[in-house]
Amino acid sequence: MEISGAELFVKALKEEQVEILFGYPGGQAIDLFDALYGKNEIEVILPRHEQGLIHAADGYARSTGKTGVCLVTSGPGATNLVTGIATANYDSVPLVCFTGQVATSLIGNDAFQEVDIVGITRNICKYSVTVRDRKDLGEIIKKAFYIARTGKPGVVVVDLPKDIQRALGDDTYPETVALRGYKPGSTVHEGQIKKAIGVLAQAKRPLLLIGGGVNIAQGQKEMKQLVESTGIPVVTTIMGKGAIPTGHPLYIGNIGIHGSYAANRAISGCDVLLSIGTRFNDRITGKTDTFAKDITLIHIDIDPASISRNVKVDIPIVADARKAIELLMQKTSRLDCEAWLCEITGWKEAYPLKRKKEGLTPQRIIEQINHSFQNSVVVTDVGQNQLWTTQFLELDENRMMLTSGGLGTMGYGFPAALGAKLGNPNKDVIAICGDGGMQMNLQEMATAVVQELAVIVCIFNNGHLGNVRQWQQLFYQKHYSSTCLRYRKQCKAQCRNPGSSCPPYIPDFVKLAESYGASGIRVTRPEEIEAAFQIARRNRFVPTVIEFMIAPEENVLPIVPPGSPLTEMIMDSEMEEVIL
Amino acid sequence: MKKRWLCLFVENEVGVLARISGLFSGKSYNLNSLTVGTTEDETISRMTIGLYSDDTTFEQIKKQINRVVEVIKVIDYTDLPTHSKELMYLKVLKCSEAEKTEVFRFAQVYGVSVLDFNKDSILLECVRSEKENDKLIKLLRARVNSPIEIARGGSVAIEALQ
Repeated sequence: MEISGAELFVKALKEEQVEILFGYPGGQAIDLFDALYGKNEIEVILPRHEQGLIHAADGYARSTGKTGVCLVTSGPGATNLVTGIATANYDSVPLVCFTGQVATSLIGNDAFQEVDIVGITRNICKYSVTVRDRKDLGEIIKKAFYIARTGKPGVVVVDLPKDIQRALGDDTYPETVALRGYKPGSTVHEGQIKKAIGVLAQAKRPLLLIGGGVNIAQGQKEMKQLVESTGIPVVTTIMGKGAIPTGHPLYIGNIGIHGSYAANRAISGCDVLLSIGTRFNDRITGKTDTFAKDITLIHIDIDPASISRNVKVDIPIVADARKAIELLMQKTSRLDCEAWLCEITGWKEAYPLKRKKEGLTPQRIIEQINHSFQNSVVVTDVGQNQLWTTQFLELDENRMMLTSGGLGTMGYGFPAALGAKLGNPNKDVIAICGDGGMQMNLQEMATAVVQELAVIVCIFNNGHLGNVRQWQQLFYQKHYSSTCLRYRKQCKAQCRNPGSSCPPYIPDFVKLAESYGASGIRVTRPEEIEAAFQIARRNRFVPTVIEFMIAPEENVLPIVPPGSPLTEMIMDSEMEEVIL
Repeated sequence: MKKRWLCLFVENEVGVLARISGLFSGKSYNLNSLTVGTTEDETISRMTIGLYSDDTTFEQIKKQINRVVEVIKVIDYTDLPTHSKELMYLKVLKCSEAEKTEVFRFAQVYGVSVLDFNKDSILLECVRSEKENDKLIKLLRARVNSPIEIARGGSVAIEALQ
């Protein structure tokens, strides 16, 4: 039977078991939306901006393990996806983005709302393609889903010209794909695993470094078993946090420029490092020439290009994290690292992450989240709010954290939380944002209200772009250049002392929430935190915005100064530097 | 830093060349020459890439290219026995009579074809290895002061018979 391209598109989505589509219509996507009209199997969510749309699809994909699907129009609809594409691809999130396009006969004519989105996204996604012939449509969509969700997952962009959407053609959707150049590996090199086990058996101070790859491969259960059967202590990257429960006795903490003292010290003092699913990004290594020097490094990663890129690896193993862990588990036995563990525990006790006792601090708020929300998804924005969350949030099988780790996209948190809530209606979904990032995708408050998404939005309001302000305070002589969000025309140009006499903050987040029909609460004292969360939990059909008025110059500590090795950390704002 | 050669087999599709060249520019990899053409299978194109890099970067370049969905196969030609040739045109302009004679002599001695000439210009064609072409340019410049327009095509390489 002959059907239109748009009808085949809808059929393909059904075959791929797409339940939710994040879509924003426009002139060159109107046929696709028409084909979706009245198809109840696919729920179409209409956000208020394409950037919010793609972050929502990203949050949905990360929190469910399913592939997120976006549909937007050509030109500005497509370019508004760009930040979200880079965000998702950087963190290996499977997304398929369909973009409308002008008819093939108009491509290259500078037509209205024409943009070369395939060219624009070529370097920030896994694969991008324009469908130029109706007969290729089914195969290309099949390929797109396959490429997005296999191997190291990522983003695929499929550009659909208007005439292809309208053209009649074959109604078959292929069941298999054949790709000569793309064969995601499924085997694990046993010889390399044996080598790794041999080295581990000799180790006196072994350490496991877990990255996001373990969470993506859904290998948390196996990871915990491996840790327990070998007794090797564990540090994580931000993206790897939660791969084993953070309350586990063998879990030390995050490493990196905001890592804990004990974790950074452990990675600098171990003799064998078994790292899984991390690319040794500069945020975790500090100065690379001194990182993990004089140790034997075993590195498991699904992406050969991540191996020996930033640090030199002694035993490379290209494999899916979960499969490699399973094989390691079969072949390793318990290691004797009691003395080493004692040493690490000593560091942990001597220098725990600092918690201020007074006032409404981010730590207190996050600790209350740990206490109040057992079965939850916590989504952070980017900046200090994110770093505090990665330091203090407790994770286990029931609580997961989503964050833009690679690209560090401000404005990610709130829309991603909406996507997470759509995918996890029975869980509490909490967005932790700063007052800066919250304003980058604020318009999605309307989406949250109309879709009855009862997310809890915690805004840590310090009146600043806090993370940059912190750097200015510590490394740029307190030159608060363009980081104060209370700034008004009458303020003096070089203010270094934000305080109670500053102009009032805008917007009023509480009133703003209320204007959208959401619930708004302002918390100024620590005693009010719990009550605010109780109110939020009772709001079952509307989002709740809780604005926490935190100190304007609150810092994320410890911090490794730029260009320094991990062993040089600033432990408190008085610049007390601890050199290990 | 060392001169390297790569041979790529890629899908013969729109945008693949841009994807490969974009990878080099986006990641700041050096790229000396890149040629592309079809093969015995019309769905596959073959690229020959010449570049300078150190060992670590070159490893990374190979891995990054391999990651591209449209790339079917990557072969490192650097240390393999291969044949490699580059087409080069040299247009010697504004020659005096004496210079013209010198260029004809040059062409005869070094086996370079003279495609055409007029009262003050000569067009030469040579198909040699990239290195030999470099040398020919140097030799010609040593003989004549006339301006030379140069068009080089980049190298095409194939593995030698065993």
